[in-house]
Order: sequence, then structure tokens, then C-alpha cells
Amino acid sequence: MPVILATDIMVFLIIGLVVYFFIGARSDGPLRAVWLSLKKNRLAAISFAVLLVYAGLALMDSIRWRDIVVSPASNGAVVGSKFASYNAEALSLLDRVFINMRTETEKTYSAPFDDKLFAKETIELPDGKRVRDYPPLKYKGRHWLGTDKVGGDVFFAALKGARTAVIIGTGATVVIIPFAILFGVIAGYYGGVADDIIQYLYTTLASIPGVLLIVAFMLLFGTEGYQGGLISEGMVWAKVFVPNDRLFWLCLILGITSWTDLCRLIRAETLKLREMEYVQAAKAFGAGRLKIIYRHIVPNLAHLVLITFVLQFSSLVLAEAILSYIGIGVGPRMGSWGNMINTARLELSREPVVWWNLLAAFAFMFGLVLPANIFADAVRDALDPRLRNR
Amino acid sequence: MLSYILRRVLYAVPIIIGVNVITALLFFYVNTPENMARKILGEKNVTPSAIENWKQDHGYNLPPFLNVKEKGLSVVTQTIFFQKAVPLLWFDFGRSDRNNIDIGSEIKTRMWPSLAISLPMFTAGVFIDLFFAMLLAYYRGTRFDISAVVFCVMMMSVSTLFYIIGGQYFLGKLLKLFPISGFDTGVHSAKFLILPVVVGVISGAGVGIRFYRTVFLEEVSKDYVRTARAKGLSEGKVLFKHALKNAMIPVLTNVVVSIPFLFYGSLIMETFFSIPGLGNFTIDAIQSQDFAIVRSMVYLGSILYIIGLILTDISYTLVDPRVIFE
Repeated sequence: MPVILATDIMVFLIIGLVVYFFIGARSDGPLRAVWLSLKKNRLAAISFAVLLVYAGLALMDSIRWRDIVVSPASNGAVVGSKFASYNAEALSLLDRVFINMRTETEKTYSAPFDDKLFAKETIELPDGKRVRDYPPLKYKGRHWLGTDKVGGDVFFAALKGARTAVIIGTGATVVIIPFAILFGVIAGYYGGVADDIIQYLYTTLASIPGVLLIVAFMLLFGTEGYQGGLISEGMVWAKVFVPNDRLFWLCLILGITSWTDLCRLIRAETLKLREMEYVQAAKAFGAGRLKIIYRHIVPNLAHLVLITFVLQFSSLVLAEAILSYIGIGVGPRMGSWGNMINTARLELSREPVVWWNLLAAFAFMFGLVLPANIFADAVRDALDPRLRNR
Repeated sequence: MLSYILRRVLYAVPIIIGVNVITALLFFYVNTPENMARKILGEKNVTPSAIENWKQDHGYNLPPFLNVKEKGLSVVTQTIFFQKAVPLLWFDFGRSDRNNIDIGSEIKTRMWPSLAISLPMFTAGVFIDLFFAMLLAYYRGTRFDISAVVFCVMMMSVSTLFYIIGGQYFLGKLLKLFPISGFDTGVHSAKFLILPVVVGVISGAGVGIRFYRTVFLEEVSKDYVRTARAKGLSEGKVLFKHALKNAMIPVLTNVVVSIPFLFYGSLIMETFFSIPGLGNFTIDAIQSQDFAIVRSMVYLGSILYIIGLILTDISYTLVDPRVIFE
């Protein structure tokens, strides 16, 4: 039985958008410059490929379903939905592919590729003697990045963080794009009172420091809702859809705080486009306002949207870690690099030091944010000719 | 000039009111006093009378925006919004929900430790970033410049948390150069402040250097620079005398807007280094879910930001004689 979280829908939407942009960029549109620059700039192309790998991980981790638990009353036969109940844990495709890493847990910490546990224990030798030594691992050489405090595989935990990061990095912008376009175009095209109101609105919102607005919002909305882990029946609508998803609220508020910049850009661009000859011509031909906006203005805003989208990605991913540290990020049971850093912080003061949790979070985050930065620069250079000489 | 400043300040008034209304909506309407009482008194085993008592004690027993039971002006004044949010306009922050402390006096004592850490961090950061940015602009296009920019992008890609944790671990724990965290008053505070300042400067360097370098490069490609070169001036003189002065205008926007915010400190830095400043205060309030403090801090932060914007506009008129506001 599939389970769809609110953020899963976002992932599908985002993947769809990326594919759409990709097709748009390959054909003869205003975004073709991105495609051409990717062809020339090998570093950006490699970065794009790395980003696709992370997106793939996020997609795999967003397709999930619950297994049927056979109830004893049905005598082992799964017939119809009458006796079938579903496991409270919805495993994703990623969980199922790496099922070994998920289930092969040790007792506690172990270093990467080590063959023994990190803490000494009293072990009974075959001849009956008891010694205090590091006990051997159950699954030697399987934990590439070691295990964490409860023996879970660190590499797997880091993989699970990819979905959260990708959703935060892209979702926050995607959620607000329609509103930014709507308000920006209205303010820029119609002017007058509408312009004043919208400008007032975004200036006021921009005056509230982002972090604090996020804090206030998450304290109010984020405390309930799905935060990873088991799914209770009460959360699920129509047995499939989980609408109250804490990660979604986080995306929404991150979007609201970053909405103002995009809206301002779109307003300015609309002001410019409104005076263009082709818009004037369309007006002279008697095209309605809505048609002009829809056919002539909005398509020419695509580059602004794309630039904002890629430029904000890395800072949003970095913000997630900080928010999780403050305690208003994703829930503690949701895989995230912010949570990994948070726990790893205390492990550094252990003696001897447990460093692999921190290293894994660092490596996975760096591996996402660096290509994102490089790719974002390439996109901006391709679409914004003013900055091309950098 | 004076009338311009006055107008600029007046223009901020509706925005301040707007901020006030938004925070009030979030804290009194979306999150009802009922909810707050429940969270503070503990989720379970709370009797309705206990909630009523708590609301009575903390002044939340009024309707949020309009009190229809009263007559005349009291319809507006006998509301939570008027009693709790409007006094913020004259910086009366009221008392906290949990420990009943005076938020205003707490802010006054806590802003100095915040300033003690953020002011040196900010000044050192700006000067170091500017220095390296000019160096890169001087050697633009060379292998040194390109590799430095690559290095900046790599530095940008690392979370602040790693810089802090790394700094505490390597400089504090392994090399034992500085105490890992803590705070003291007066001269003794210096040894506690060096590590956060070093970490802060390094963590901001990637973004800063790259930004200022772009600003310089934009300036260098302008016509007057070409004229200066054609005159036979040396590259150093062109860069440091002519371009630097003009590049200061975009730099100012970036710098002045953050100055009032220095009082606020930094949420992350202060908690990691246990500095008893405003950032730490906010984090504590978040974790204990003290909504009165969080609301005050949201408001204070907005005010500081708005002051920053006004200062930026004024500083424009001071540095750039071409900018004249009628």
C-alpha cells in the first residue's frame, strides 16, 4: 500500500519541473543558453551530474509503501482487504535497496571498516574464561563509514539525509514561485494601489529577520505532524496521503522568508517588459491584459526564476543544518545531516574521539553544496549577461 | 538633508506597525493563549481553571483584537493586541511567560556580551575580506586569482557548524590555544573572544571575499578606470586610489545595514561558545517555548534591520555626492 507524504508530492513536482526546464533548455527557448554553457563548461556539467545523483537518491527515498501484515485470523492467507492490515513503517525504495545496511546493525559505535566494536565489553571466550576486550562486529567490513551510537550504519544515515536536503533546497523555492510570480507581475504590470500594497507587504516581511520568523512559525505549526518514523493511522488520509508533514511546513516558511527577493526581481522585470515593443504591439492588436501577461510577460520571467532557484539551493541546504541544530528543523527521527551534526558534536568530546559521524555529514553535505554552487554560477553566467565577464 | 532623514524615518513607521501586526497575528491568533498556557503548564493533567488562572495572571484573558463587550475606546484597548503588542512601539517589552522576568532589562544587560563578540568579528571580517578581495582584483585573471576563487567557493560550501565545531576541536581542544567556550567581563573576556572571532571571520570569508572581488572587478571595467590608466597611472594607484573609492558605495550597503544588528549577536555562535548575549537568550526562549520572549526578539530584530536600512540610505548621501534626495 503506497504512502504519500506531502513532501513526496513536492519531490515529484520538482523532478517534473527539472525535466521540463531541461527539455525547454535543449530546444530553442530563452533557456537554451544554459544548455550551451553546460556543453562548454565541463566542471558545471560534472556538477549537474552529481546533483542528478542526489536528486535520484531523493526520488528513491520518496517512493514508499507499507507492507501487508498478515493477521492471524486469516490463517496466513491474504485475501482481499478484509484481513489485511499494514505495517506502521512505510519503507521507501531506498530503504529496500539498501535493506542490508538498514538491518545489519551493531551494538554501538564502531569505526569505519573496523572489525571490532568501539567500547570494551566482558566477553566469554570459548574455553570459559572472561576477558575485557573489544568484541568483534557481527558484520565485519560492511559498515563503510562505521556505525553510530545505537549501531546503525552511518553511510546509510547519510544517504537518508539526501532527501531532506534536496527537498529543503528546492522545495522552499518551488512552493513560493507561483506567489512570487503572481504578486510580482500584478505589482509590476498594474501598478497603482496594487503595487503599493504588494511593495508594503514584502518590505514588511523582509524586515523580520528570517531566522526569527522561521522560529516563530515552526514553534506554532511544526510541533505536530509527521516527523519521520512510524506512521499512525490518524495521520493518513484515504489510507495513502499524509498531509501534515513537518518538512513541508519548514519548506513553506523558508519559502516565505525568501519570497521577497524573487518578488522584487519579478516586479522590476515586469516593469521593464511592460514597455517592450512586442507588448505594446500586442496591446495595439487588442490583446487582453491577462493574455499579455500569460503569453508575453510570464515566459520572459523564466530566467529570473531559474537563477533564483539554483542560487538559493545551497544556502537553503546549509540553513537546514542550522535549523536542526536550534531544534526547529526536521524531526529527530527524520534522516538529516543537521541532526547528524547535532549528535556528532557531543561525540567529539568523547575519549577517544568518535569522528566518523561528523565526517560523513560533512562529506555528504560538501558533496551536494559544492556542485550546487558551481552549477548555480554557471547558470547565472549563462542567463545574466551583465555578470558574464567575471 | 534633515527633511530627507525625517521622511525616511516616517516611512518606516507603517512598516514597524506592519511587523507588529504580523507578529501579533502569529502569536495571539494562530497560536491561541490557550495553547500557550497548555505548553507552559505541561501538556497533560491541566484543568481548565488552571489555564484560566494562568491567562489571568499573564494578561491573556482578553480577546485578541476586538473586545465587543466593552464600549467606546475600550473596544480596542481592552485586547491582547493593545496590551501586549502596542507597548512594543515604545520598547516596553513586558514580562516573560515562564519565569516572569523583565524582558526589557534582560535585553539591556545581554546586548553588551553580544556586541563584545559581534563587533570585533564583523570589523575584522570586513577588513580581511576587503584586503583579500583587493589582492585578487589586483592579480585578476592569473592562476592565483582563479585558484583563490575556487577556494572561496569551496569555503562557501561548508556549513558554519563545521567551522565552529572544527575550530573548537582543533584550536581549543587539541592545540589548547584558547578556552573552548565561556565568557567573562572586562579585560578577561579577551581570551574567550578570540576563538569565536577567528571562527566567525573564517566562516564568512568565502562569501565575503568573492562578493567584494566582484564589486571591485565591476568597478575596474568602467570607463574612468581606463582613462586613469591611459593617463599613465600605475595599476596600484588606479586600483587603490580610484577604483577603491567608488567601490565603497556597494560595500557600504552591505556593511551599514548589518551594524545595528551587531547588538543582536548571532544565535549559533553564542550558543556554541556560551556567550550570555541576546542570541543565547533567544535560543533559550525557543527551547523553553517562552513566546513572550520570542515575540519581543522578533520585533527587536525587525527594528534593528529597519534602522540599518535607514542608516544605509543616509550613508549614501554622505559618501556619494551624486546621490541627492529632494
